[in-house]
Amino acid sequence: MVEMVSRPYERAFEKHALANPEVLCISADLTSSCEIDKFRDNHPDQFLSMGMAEQNMMSFCGGLGLAGYRPFIHTFGVFTYRRPYDQLMASIAYPRRKVRIMGFLPGITTPGGMTHQAIEDISVMRSMPNMTILETGDATEVESICEAADSIDGPVYCRVLRGSMPRLFDTPIKVGEMRELSLGNDVLIVTAGITTEEAMRATKALEAAGVSVRHLHLHTIKPFNAEAILDHINAVKGGVITLENHVTEGGIGSLVAEVMADNGVGKKLRRLGLKDTYAHGGSRAYLMRYYGLDALALTQGVEDLLGQKLGISEADLAEARVDAVHSLAKAEGL
Amino acid sequence: MWNIAVKNERTTEDIALGIRRRVFEHAMRNNGGYLSQACSSAEQLAWLYNEELILGAPTLPMIPKPFGGVPHADNPDYHTGAGYNGPFEPEFDRLFIAPAHYALVAYATLIETGRMAAEGLEMFNKDGSSVEMIGAEHSPGMEVHNGTLGIGLSTAAGLAWARKRKGEKGRVWVYMSDGEVQEGQTWEAIQCCAHHRIDNVKAIMDVNRQQCDGAMDSVMEVGDIKTKMENFGAVVVEVDAHNVNDMREAAKTKHDGKPLIILANSNPFHAMPILEERFPRLHYVRFKSEEERARMNISIAESLGVDPIDYAH
Ligand SMILES: Cc1ncc(C[n+]2csc(CCOP(=O)(O)OP(=O)(O)O)c2C)c(N)n1
Repeated sequence: MVEMVSRPYERAFEKHALANPEVLCISADLTSSCEIDKFRDNHPDQFLSMGMAEQNMMSFCGGLGLAGYRPFIHTFGVFTYRRPYDQLMASIAYPRRKVRIMGFLPGITTPGGMTHQAIEDISVMRSMPNMTILETGDATEVESICEAADSIDGPVYCRVLRGSMPRLFDTPIKVGEMRELSLGNDVLIVTAGITTEEAMRATKALEAAGVSVRHLHLHTIKPFNAEAILDHINAVKGGVITLENHVTEGGIGSLVAEVMADNGVGKKLRRLGLKDTYAHGGSRAYLMRYYGLDALALTQGVEDLLGQKLGISEADLAEARVDAVHSLAKAEGL
Repeated sequence: MWNIAVKNERTTEDIALGIRRRVFEHAMRNNGGYLSQACSSAEQLAWLYNEELILGAPTLPMIPKPFGGVPHADNPDYHTGAGYNGPFEPEFDRLFIAPAHYALVAYATLIETGRMAAEGLEMFNKDGSSVEMIGAEHSPGMEVHNGTLGIGLSTAAGLAWARKRKGEKGRVWVYMSDGEVQEGQTWEAIQCCAHHRIDNVKAIMDVNRQQCDGAMDSVMEVGDIKTKMENFGAVVVEVDAHNVNDMREAAKTKHDGKPLIILANSNPFHAMPILEERFPRLHYVRFKSEEERARMNISIAESLGVDPIDYAH
């Protein structure tokens, strides 16, 4: 059984902030939704409430950065770049302020529908010069995200998980590296964030069906180590498949495509994710099935990539974890 | 007109009570919900639908259709939830609910005013349903996508300007929340209405002085909303949000060349006094224990004059 961890961010942030007095906790009226309510109550001197005013918050944090502080912005990922894109660019990214953007509820991890689902954030941030992008896929990565982000000499956008989550890894994020989860030689599966757990479920079934899987998990999306992934791409016979909690344009699928094209790799690539569509509101398990982001979608993608039926069905996949909709790990409806 | 025919059958106060009862039942069964918003806003939404809005009969089925996809070139049958507010005809009003998390209250209002079947609420937040927790554009009674707060008034202003240009009599109403005044866009919208003399846009704002983190004064003070809005070019009237007569009178205020904004000062635990225990965390009430749930069940049921909800079944 996989170990489940409750609210790792809450503890990790407190530990990091207390050890680093230049770190400031910034909140945009989603304090308990981002697991910093205890921090606010226990350390009010290091906490700043910005209200529901994201544009001001971005430029304000640029000002804090100018003074040498390292603000950690907490809100849902969408609210950190859609409305305040211009402020993010001019006040934070351009001058390379050390602002750490903690974007909660990445992709379809929220039932809040289109306005709450950050499905194109990686694409936006990848095209923003000076921005670093990190993504968490399990409790260990969430526990190490504050230190990892704070080690960057410039602005960082992080996709952060919250609530109850599995522990899949036992080593912290090492910025710039990638995790090699299996080293087979038929197909290369590349995942990040919550899709890694899906790929791990699929890997067992694929191996059982005779497919040798090479699986990489990305926590550092920008800057990206093209050399390292190139070796893995070259090591497989059957092609590459990416699965992301994001639109297929501009995210990790595009990233891998660029590396392949840049290096003249003549292999097939299948990019799975949201296909030029907005999502809507629903449970995570439902949305992952509906939009083809789960283990089953991945095995079907591998069949398509290899041009052969593998006969893998739902029953062959390791059991999916289903998050309780009204989990006590979260305080809000969202 | 359809609305007028229904209008006098029930009082707005009675509809407001019905809204609260439905939201209460739902929150009890689901161990929580946007309950406080029913306390603060029930009379406002009841008044809009039962009296003030000039709407045609619903054009969409009483039992909502399942989720039918998002806007896309490959989805030609896509439609919004606007049909629950009646057809787009020049003489009819439109309504945008800017704080889309008030959806539960808005759906209950549709039911109480005969625009949606009670079954609609059973579909709330269910996978594959169009009756979404945060009202989406395709959810019953929603006409445009809101939910990212602060965009509603601007969209309404644009539609209102266009309707004026086309000579349409229908007005554009916006339901707003006070948290929206923290967003700069709200002020840009008022300034724009004033500059372009857009006076067929009308808003009513639920001034409950609460936001996600608690009392607005503790999160980001907004000061005197009325004076600020007037300075930006709106005609503003303050009312008691639980006094329907106040709202009726306010809506008659002349506002030539300016938008009308009614600030409805509300009580976030109106008609459910036990919720005061939860102050200042009222935004989403999730019961902390079975004991609390049971106690609130009995108390709120009594306040609303119904039997406690048998939520175990
Ligand atoms: C642009 C934007 N930022 C943040 C949020 C998250 N959010 C949802 S409701 C809310 C504030 C709630 O305050 P208010 O609008 O007054 O509603 P009420 O407290 O009456 O429910 C916030 C911050 C949002 N929906 N949109």
